[in-house]
Amino acid sequence: MRIKFIVGGLLILSAVAYLIISSTNANAQYFLTVDEILARGSSAVGKNIRISGAVIGDTIQYDSKTLDLKFSIAHVPGDNKLIKEQGGLSAALHAAVIDPARGKLLVVYNGERPDLLKDEAQAIITGHLGEDGVFYAEDLQLKCPTKYEEAVPEQSK
Amino acid sequence: MLTNLGLGALFLTFIISFYGIGAAIYGAKTKSPVWVASARNAMLLTFPLLTLSALSLIYLLVTGHYEVEYVARVTSGSMPVYLKITSLWGGQAGSLLFWSWLMSAFASAVMLRKWDRDKEFLPWVIVVTLVTLAFFLLLALFVENPFRRVWMTPDGLKIALFQPAGAFLARAVPQGLNPLLRHYGMVIHPPMLYLGFVSFVIPYAFAIAALVTGRNNDRWIRVTRRWTLAAWLFLSAGLILGARWAYDVLGWGGYWGWDPVEVAALMPWLTGTAFLHSVVIQEKRDMLKRWNMALIILTYALVIFGTFLTRSGVLSSVHAFAESAIGPLFFGFIGITFITSLGLVLWRWNSLKTEVRMTSLFSREAMFLVNNLLLVAIFIVCFWGVVFPLLTEATGFIGARIPSLANVFTGQKITVGPPYYERAAGPLFAALLFLMGICPLAAWGHSTVQTLGRAIWKPLAASLVILVLAFVAGARHPGALLAFWLLGYAGAVIVYEFGRAVLARHSQTGENLLAALNRLVGKNRRRYGGALIHLSIVLMALGIIGIEMFQTQTQGSIPQGKTLKLGNYEILYADLKPVTSSTNEKTTATINVFKNGRPAGTLHPSRAIYFDSGQTVTTPGLRSTLEDDLYVVLVDWETISAEGATFKVYRNPLVNWLWLGAILLIFGTFVAGWPERERRT
Repeated sequence: MRIKFIVGGLLILSAVAYLIISSTNANAQYFLTVDEILARGSSAVGKNIRISGAVIGDTIQYDSKTLDLKFSIAHVPGDNKLIKEQGGLSAALHAAVIDPARGKLLVVYNGERPDLLKDEAQAIITGHLGEDGVFYAEDLQLKCPTKYEEAVPEQSK
Repeated sequence: MLTNLGLGALFLTFIISFYGIGAAIYGAKTKSPVWVASARNAMLLTFPLLTLSALSLIYLLVTGHYEVEYVARVTSGSMPVYLKITSLWGGQAGSLLFWSWLMSAFASAVMLRKWDRDKEFLPWVIVVTLVTLAFFLLLALFVENPFRRVWMTPDGLKIALFQPAGAFLARAVPQGLNPLLRHYGMVIHPPMLYLGFVSFVIPYAFAIAALVTGRNNDRWIRVTRRWTLAAWLFLSAGLILGARWAYDVLGWGGYWGWDPVEVAALMPWLTGTAFLHSVVIQEKRDMLKRWNMALIILTYALVIFGTFLTRSGVLSSVHAFAESAIGPLFFGFIGITFITSLGLVLWRWNSLKTEVRMTSLFSREAMFLVNNLLLVAIFIVCFWGVVFPLLTEATGFIGARIPSLANVFTGQKITVGPPYYERAAGPLFAALLFLMGICPLAAWGHSTVQTLGRAIWKPLAASLVILVLAFVAGARHPGALLAFWLLGYAGAVIVYEFGRAVLARHSQTGENLLAALNRLVGKNRRRYGGALIHLSIVLMALGIIGIEMFQTQTQGSIPQGKTLKLGNYEILYADLKPVTSSTNEKTTATINVFKNGRPAGTLHPSRAIYFDSGQTVTTPGLRSTLEDDLYVVLVDWETISAEGATFKVYRNPLVNWLWLGAILLIFGTFVAGWPERERRT
């Protein structure tokens, strides 16, 4: 009896291990910053990539007929410590957008324009890098840190 | 004034909780009831004090005391009063206070029960709940204090609790709650999750009390059964409300995105569900004692971990509040409590031994065990998905030291998205559904393939009919057919179970069928409440399969008076109207829906831009029936001519069964948890 239970347990265990490992391999996404993707160049082409960067508001172009959305993102450090040194996420995003020397990446997407897409928002984008150096997005997630926690208080009149 | 009152009450509670912990331990060690009673009073005192503190903050929120930084951050003058009140949990600092208040309320409620038969548990329950409370108070006081004020000092603005030298109070510019969160689902969803989280602390506290005192029979499980059920109910409701909010507000036609924070709330639900099942085995068969201890300890750790993930910003997620110093503290607390708890289990290892052995692979208890393994396996899938990015980043040093492993441990953050969860957890959920259809038919103790086979063939035949119906209705994909068959089978078993018992009772007692059903459920609420919950899971799964496998969508720009087609639906763009209010400018489209060419109602998808934050909120127009949902999103429009507008249209088959199932789930949980007539045990 005991043997049966052990064999059954091992079967379940190996099935679960197989599911986890194969699903991880099939769906792994490299989480890169803009500078990292630029440094990798052609070796990053075609890989399933998730990047994060600061949205440059002036570059947003949207055609509501074809739902073609184009915008550029500027490099934001991926390390939380570096972001903290720059005075928090919203300060880091702001610094990235106003710095003309920052590494930039053009993002192309087809779909609705997300509500949170605006200047100095943090974009977390899933997709792949094309041969032409343009990032083709399949999924856009946006965060605007100022909405939650990092309000800079001002004195009232 | 009220700032100081709220802060003072918060600080006093913190001190009192330390006193309570000390008094309870001393009272338990010296066996002196006076000290334990004093600890109990300390516990009871935390509730009015935290109520005072929370009420002070609510007062500051409602009256717009913007010199308090938290108030300025989450409210603004244009928000309605109920949203100002619920802003108590709209940001990190306030939600820590709210968590503490709930914890104190539940722990106090436990204090008021009759302790005659469980006196030895009392001090340790106090210790565990107060330690948990003290941890959250520590965060609310010293890391994220909701009562911090903005001061004008000679060197500029400063945020501090107390007046710095030479400073005077300043006022912050109110930010207001993110408009996306101004929805009834978002008002109720966080408290529901928190209630679920907090209720799970109670069975954990009793488990630890049982371990410490050595009275580790099933008493702790029986005492906390209803707490566990309440925790499970709140957590389920919280998850479903979150899904409904996403469906109504986020406008992407979905309800669940496998976002790390969603997964973080799902994990304690999974282990909690496993616990809910496995305690039955311990009560009925005196087995799985160690397993139950491990499950409740894990669930407690996941409850704290879930709060941590939502609150630390450690993962990139749309839910995350910004970074704060809270992360390492949470990690430390989880580590210490988890290791201590496991240490206690090891200490009592031998006395938690089970005398009874499983005798048959097809017995009910073996099925329960497999159910537990599957739920824990889904938990592991989720846990792996959440920590994998952190692991790949943190293990980079291995690759840096050992060059031959540099390709495996690159230090590069690698994440897994929703397809990972769907692919890895999907088959496990399917197996769980199948098991749900076998388990009620298996007998306790001894059951063989033959006895099981005799019970199974009728529901199996019924499910084949459903399979044929699904095929006739047009389902061709093998995965979808398998899913429908599974649902049909699991549903048929539940109906069969009810029908068989009702008919037996009817022929025995001569009661009419309804009365027989009523008596039957009344006599064994737990079993039939459970069966109702299973039925609700089948319904919810039907909705999930409908939207996941059969969702269709289209999008397009159409001029006024023209139509867009999706399947047998046609939508006609009739009108567009902008309305400006004090808070936003809202543009609403009027859409006439036609189904098979016949008029089928009017929809009003809209898009609002909020002035104070620049945030836009898209509200879909929804035509909801039992067959399918038509979900229309207003994407954009020509601003000047108002002639053309772009719409995105989704058809979500069967998705309404998800929400209907959720209502049945709540009803079933009430049936299962409703007090039965006093029985002496």
